[in-house]
Amino acid sequence: MNVALSKGEIVKAKVHVTLKTGVLDPQGKAIGNALAALGFKGVGDVRQGKFIELEIDETDPDAARALVEKMCVQLLANTVIENYDIELNQ
Amino acid sequence: MKSAVIVFPGSNCDRDIAVALERASGIAPEMIWHRETALPLLDLIVLPGGFAFGDYLRGGAIAACSPIMRAVAERANQGVPLLGICNGFQVLTESGLLPGVLMRNAGLKYICRDVHVRVASNDSVFTQGYAEDQLLRIPIAHNEGNYRAQESMLDRLEDEGLIAFRYAARDGSANGDANPNGSARDIAGIFNQSRTVLGLMPHPERAVDPAHGGTDGVAMFEGLVAALAR
Repeated sequence: MNVALSKGEIVKAKVHVTLKTGVLDPQGKAIGNALAALGFKGVGDVRQGKFIELEIDETDPDAARALVEKMCVQLLANTVIENYDIELNQ
Repeated sequence: MKSAVIVFPGSNCDRDIAVALERASGIAPEMIWHRETALPLLDLIVLPGGFAFGDYLRGGAIAACSPIMRAVAERANQGVPLLGICNGFQVLTESGLLPGVLMRNAGLKYICRDVHVRVASNDSVFTQGYAEDQLLRIPIAHNEGNYRAQESMLDRLEDEGLIAFRYAARDGSANGDANPNGSARDIAGIFNQSRTVLGLMPHPERAVDPAHGGTDGVAMFEGLVAALAR
């Protein structure tokens, strides 16, 4: 969810990149196995993703979101296998 | 045959491919730094193996944004043959020149060993030196070689003969154990629609000298010279 943004403040964007449902995640599986080996019980499916924090030199939240969206499609996520989620903050 | 090898920070098979190309063609390829923005007239462009930009973000993702890639894509779209080996294959999928994606190996291990692959199509400048179904022994060395694409795309690759190489067992059969990395449909290499772009995970340039332990890569480079020499 987005914090209410007022115009004129530098925008920080938080981007979560996660594997799409159904895409095999061997790293998540390995983490799950390691947790089980440590004795943690009841851990179901584990999925690993990426978290990217960006400072955007753009004070208009709508423009900032559009910009980060473009960055996600072109570089930050591989949309063949990954979803992205953008959160804007001051 | 005039060729060029694109060199990224972290490329490490650029010299190997240069040796293989020079042996086959008699002409040393131009080594082109990734910051360049223009290419000379060429018959073949190669994106070599390695770990461009340390595989940061995703293998090949940062390299796909390098300045030279705009010129590379332009030439590829004009039909100039473009070969991506290992990390070069990852750069090709990340730049959208080939469909799909190369994910972490299913077994989570970096694999460096000889594998067997079958020539799934010899209908290209890259594979015409081989017989269809020919069994080759070629080294692989990768951590992200697990080829994935939507089922509909995999069907299309199969239906249109765009799969170049498939992992196979030593006896040539397609048994699951022969697939080293979990690749969908045992895919080791694919072509683009016009078969002028090839991406493959195995390293043919590491199988061109008896001292390598095998020479099954030679036919790829000699085939390229036969097709492209002017």
